[in-house]
Amino acid sequence: MGSYVVNTKKQQQEMLEELKMETIDDLFIDVPKSVLLKELNIPKGKSELEVYNELSEIAAKNTVFKHIFRGAGAYNHYIPSIVNAVVSKEEFLTAYTPYQPEISQGILQSIFEYQTQMCQLTGLDVANASVYDGAVAAAEAALMVLERRKSDIIVAKTVNPQVLAVIKTYCESRDVNVIVLKNDDYAVDLKDLKEKLNENIAGVIVQSPNYYGIIEDVKTISDLTHNCGGKVIMHTNPIALALLKNGKELDVDICTAEGQPLGMPLSFGGPYLGIMTCKKELMRKLPGRIVGQTVDTNNKRCFVLTLQAREQHIRREKASSNICSNQALCAMRASVYCAALGPNGLRQVAINSASNAHYLAKQLATIDGFNLKTDKEFFNEFLMTCPIDSKQLVNRLADKGILAGLPLENDILWCTTETNSKKEIDKLVETIKEVL
Amino acid sequence: MIMKLLFELSSKDRRLDLIPPCDSEVYNFEEKLLRKEKLRLPEVSEVDLSRHYSKLAKETHGVNDGFYPLGSCTMKYNPAINETIAADKNFTNIHPLQPVETVQGCLEVLYQAKKLLCEITGMDDMSFQPAAGAHGEYAGLILIKKYHQDRNDNKRVNIIVPDSAHGTNPASATMVGFKVVNIPSNENGGVDIEKLKEAVGEDTAGLMLTNPNTLGLFDPNILEITKIVHDAGGLCYYDGANLNAIMGKVRPGDMGFDCVHLNLHKTFSTPHGGGGPGSGPVGCKDILKDFLPTLEVEKNKDGYSFYKPAKTMGQVRSFYGNFLVVVKALTYIKTLGKEGIAEASGNAVLNANYLMNKLKDYYDVAYDLICMHEFVLSLEKLKREHAVSAMDIAKGCLDYGIHPPTMYFPTNCF
Repeated sequence: MGSYVVNTKKQQQEMLEELKMETIDDLFIDVPKSVLLKELNIPKGKSELEVYNELSEIAAKNTVFKHIFRGAGAYNHYIPSIVNAVVSKEEFLTAYTPYQPEISQGILQSIFEYQTQMCQLTGLDVANASVYDGAVAAAEAALMVLERRKSDIIVAKTVNPQVLAVIKTYCESRDVNVIVLKNDDYAVDLKDLKEKLNENIAGVIVQSPNYYGIIEDVKTISDLTHNCGGKVIMHTNPIALALLKNGKELDVDICTAEGQPLGMPLSFGGPYLGIMTCKKELMRKLPGRIVGQTVDTNNKRCFVLTLQAREQHIRREKASSNICSNQALCAMRASVYCAALGPNGLRQVAINSASNAHYLAKQLATIDGFNLKTDKEFFNEFLMTCPIDSKQLVNRLADKGILAGLPLENDILWCTTETNSKKEIDKLVETIKEVL
Repeated sequence: MIMKLLFELSSKDRRLDLIPPCDSEVYNFEEKLLRKEKLRLPEVSEVDLSRHYSKLAKETHGVNDGFYPLGSCTMKYNPAINETIAADKNFTNIHPLQPVETVQGCLEVLYQAKKLLCEITGMDDMSFQPAAGAHGEYAGLILIKKYHQDRNDNKRVNIIVPDSAHGTNPASATMVGFKVVNIPSNENGGVDIEKLKEAVGEDTAGLMLTNPNTLGLFDPNILEITKIVHDAGGLCYYDGANLNAIMGKVRPGDMGFDCVHLNLHKTFSTPHGGGGPGSGPVGCKDILKDFLPTLEVEKNKDGYSFYKPAKTMGQVRSFYGNFLVVVKALTYIKTLGKEGIAEASGNAVLNANYLMNKLKDYYDVAYDLICMHEFVLSLEKLKREHAVSAMDIAKGCLDYGIHPPTMYFPTNCF
């Protein structure tokens, strides 16, 4: 049996003697006899080597694709070595929530630097220390904009279905009405938005680049919404922000994003990172922890958790959100990732991801039956028709070690990042021709 | 030491060569779509970056840096093997939307972890979608809400919470649209049975409880408590924050709880990471399993697959939760096994009682009873006689390299 208990049996006995007890069971005297357990019905413990072998075998049952052309909410970007090196430091890995600032300056400063970088990326004023993932960030943002007489939320149908599902759960549990917009050619139907906007609308959630990769006309959506007194929440891909207009330029009130592209491995969906930033006037409604800068008694710069009066440990049932633990170490990943790449490197990632996608779209279009579903501008994902059953094509490519785009009915949602080289894209196109 | 910010280490045009230039055809977006605002991110060398974080690490106190006697949040050693397994490329390089036959290993992890944790808690089913404890509470309370709604029992709007509960309990209840009814503790720190009887009724949706509670005491009346709630038509929710005291000794399911959340980053040894990522799986009895989040994992003759619970609440997060955290917890459970799990809890409780006994002569113990894995000291007298506050003692611990205990409300206790 593996064990991490420090005390030897002899030491345990000595401790019990000091407590005038005979066995550890004597400590559980308050547990009613009828429910006291004799033994758990699970396997016996194992040595580290046995556990290592067993779990490695389970892991080996997965297929790791060497060539990935699938995104739809999780993106295969290169992770610089320095990212893993930093977050593996045991001090960061094993530290508790930084409630004691004197011995948590390292964590607090790292979160402060993360927040600053997220504000720079999105162009908005305030960031929190992270929430669970992008979908939860969007859902929490919906709850942020509610007002007494504004209790409906409009959501674009072009947001990632996972994000829409979480928004619906969060809103339904608070009896908030969610109105889903119609699509117009794989983007928000602006006419439908105009019709649905009224004084009850607290906010509009739009994703850009959207689920189909299309860059939405967020500025027009912002103008229309603000004219009706509502707030605008833009859900986005943080990589795109290095190249395309940011939240400030599009005049949105809150930016949310799935932070996974910033240095987190795919990891079958988690841990990921929920990024949230907002304009200053919404600061007190922002959920979760926020780190602020202050000075200590020697007038030296230091960092602390701030604006805690919003949070559950102070406000209890009146808190703006129930969030406590967040994704701190993932936020550190994002921070190291952005600092390692810098403004030029991050722009390069964005340019390569988008350029590869446009190159792939062009090459695929040379094959009969592969046509873009819309000619609207896209970032690094696009939807195309497929001349045969899309699932069948995906399976045939899987046999060749390629994870193709995501089948959506009979179309395929393709994605590229900077990790897909021209050679790899050409090979994909050749392989498709072979297996058709 | 003056700690510079990343931005203060920055020099214009300093860069690392991490990504090659585009080798396909550079695509030029229309000018009107492009970002005009300058992107101000640090421009640093790799050695700057490495040294910066080494400095920050020195200003951080992890479990591996010293004693961490934190009440209400179990901080335990985070075994190295957990990290090795979770870093396996066969886990980290898996896209969440791969075809199901190519992710059988991931599904097996979720399925095995579910079975083991259900046995440890006495539950019938479990979802790993919640990403942290409070998120698990949120999902668990939606289970309770859906259960009553499904029975057209729509008047059940109250969640009963003892005044000693963690702040996330009432905050979660509000997020689910419940009304919070606070009940006071009795003189022994347990649930006041009479007050509970007064509080329950046709409007009771459920009770949220930790047992042992936040004072570190196991409520001996637990079976009566859960019965009172059940008799009134309510359900019982177990906050797993303190499960580390009772694993292998007694199970929430046997105490009468209908659903439970766990903090894998407390009880099951996955690291806190300075505040996350955690994992807050929500477990439940059969009566609630149809309402669990989408998607769930099942085993059939061809292997593992996903299914959508019949009356699912939908999603509380994207995909399947903080998967790698579940990998670490599974590694821990397999290592410890049936005897090791019970041994861990037994020793946590032994250590707490030993420490309490050692401190008894110097501080007043708030409740002079056998404690579970934590206990409360009152510093009232010290404050009165010597003007030394709990805060002073907490900050004093820091000077000795000890992470201070949790300050308890009112703030002259810990």
